[in-house]
Amino acid sequence: MDALQEKIKEVVAHHGRERHNLLPVLQEVVEQERYLSDYAMTLIAEEMGISAADVYGTATFYSFMDTVPRGKYLIRVCKTITCYMKGKNQILMALEEALKIKLGETTPDKKFTLMETNCLGWCHKAPAMLINDDVHTELTVEKVHSIIKEYKERP
Amino acid sequence: MGKNILKRIDLIFKEEPDSKNVLKKTLSKSNDELINELIASGLKGRGGAGFPTGLKWKLTAESKSTEKYVICNADEGEPGTFKDREILTQVPYKVLTGMAVCGRIIGARKGFIYLRGEYKYLLKELNAEIKKFHAICDELGLKFRVEVFMGFGAYICGEESALFESMEGKRGEPRNKPPYPSDFGYLGKPTVINNVETLAHTFTIFQHGADKFRELGVKDSHGSKLFSISGDTPTPGIYELELGMTVEDFVNDFGDGDTKAVQVGGASGFCVPRKKFRETRIGYQGKLTGISLPTGGSMMLFNSSRSMYNLLSNYLEFFTEESCGQCTPCRVGTQQLIEGIRAVKRGEKPASYLDKLLALTETMKATAKCGLGQSVANSFQSIVENFREEMIY
Repeated sequence: MDALQEKIKEVVAHHGRERHNLLPVLQEVVEQERYLSDYAMTLIAEEMGISAADVYGTATFYSFMDTVPRGKYLIRVCKTITCYMKGKNQILMALEEALKIKLGETTPDKKFTLMETNCLGWCHKAPAMLINDDVHTELTVEKVHSIIKEYKERP
Repeated sequence: MGKNILKRIDLIFKEEPDSKNVLKKTLSKSNDELINELIASGLKGRGGAGFPTGLKWKLTAESKSTEKYVICNADEGEPGTFKDREILTQVPYKVLTGMAVCGRIIGARKGFIYLRGEYKYLLKELNAEIKKFHAICDELGLKFRVEVFMGFGAYICGEESALFESMEGKRGEPRNKPPYPSDFGYLGKPTVINNVETLAHTFTIFQHGADKFRELGVKDSHGSKLFSISGDTPTPGIYELELGMTVEDFVNDFGDGDTKAVQVGGASGFCVPRKKFRETRIGYQGKLTGISLPTGGSMMLFNSSRSMYNLLSNYLEFFTEESCGQCTPCRVGTQQLIEGIRAVKRGEKPASYLDKLLALTETMKATAKCGLGQSVANSFQSIVENFREEMIY
């Protein structure tokens, strides 16, 4: 049994094999592995007694369920109306400059991935972005550079 | 601007004695008394749909089943809405109390908070609050447990039946209705599903009585409501205001002096142009004069520097991405609308093509399976009809 197999067995045992535990299982695997590989989905399907297609169909419905490898720090910039009005594009450009990647890409050291997302619920403090679960609001170009500098220094 | 015409209310975030007090109070009353109190308060769902809360609880209480559930809908995804997050941050005990009282009335021992993935940073503190709350329930002999279920980035899961599907480990695709959640909800069991703010209001009603709530607002739209205010305003934020206000008063209070339009109810709501500020009120359909707009509380202001074409295009992009893809009117309709307005703007289609698109939104309103597809017509029609020139030139 390989490491992933073992991990998935453990996660499924912890949440339970019933179908209504599928999302918590998928979420935990994404959190630990930083994405959901085809192999992981097949293993989850086996372990929970459902078809791999069903697991894939469910997983890909949710925008946070990444099925390609992501960086350690996943940046999601809000692109919905208020953030758009308050300069989301400049924020995105600042991030591209600070990370030397384009929207949708991951840095070569696999540390950062840059994405856009729909309304984060911080319209009164726009523009806003998430870095993993952490919220950053009232962004300015300077603020973006200092945030990224700080994350770059993290392990 | 900044005239303070509208009375600021302080009920939702007001510090109250802890849950124990209210729970004790409700335990001394019968289920019928509590339901009648809720019905008398006139409280309607604060997520935006406005279904009478007391009636919802009553119907679910009358449903026969040994398993029932209470679900707090914290999948706050409507663009321009952020009040539920603040309630869960500042006064989570009010929400938990409302859930437990509901559980007792309908006969449910289990409650869930469906928290959107974007708010995951709240999870740790929320779980700590839940733990404290369980201890109070145990002390009072209430067999009720609450668990948080995390969403994962899907706007449609705020639609109640899509939310059940998601909790059941499936794609968040809305179900046909009927059956309604009061008969067939989570795992097919009778379920009360309420918005975060609705549950917080029940705390106020059980603590202070129905009259305290009912004295606020206007006929058919009783009580106060949290408004998430953003866009071109010097004072963005969360405000508790009475229902029934005119958009004109609202703009005088919160506008920047150059307000061109107000979007009421988020991307799925209505865009009110300046010429209709006076005749439009915020509240549920009823005896209000003029136009009456219901809302989950999203109020976005736009000044004359904003392009209404860009606004509509941003909404449509949102809907195209968030449509679950299950039914054709919504999946294809949203795509056709965005392609359509782009084609008109580029001059590839004549201006009259906008009328075809308007007819398409009517079709979507009539035939889409759920509120997402049906409500695209709201913003599309109110923007295209009021700002037609901006769509073309």
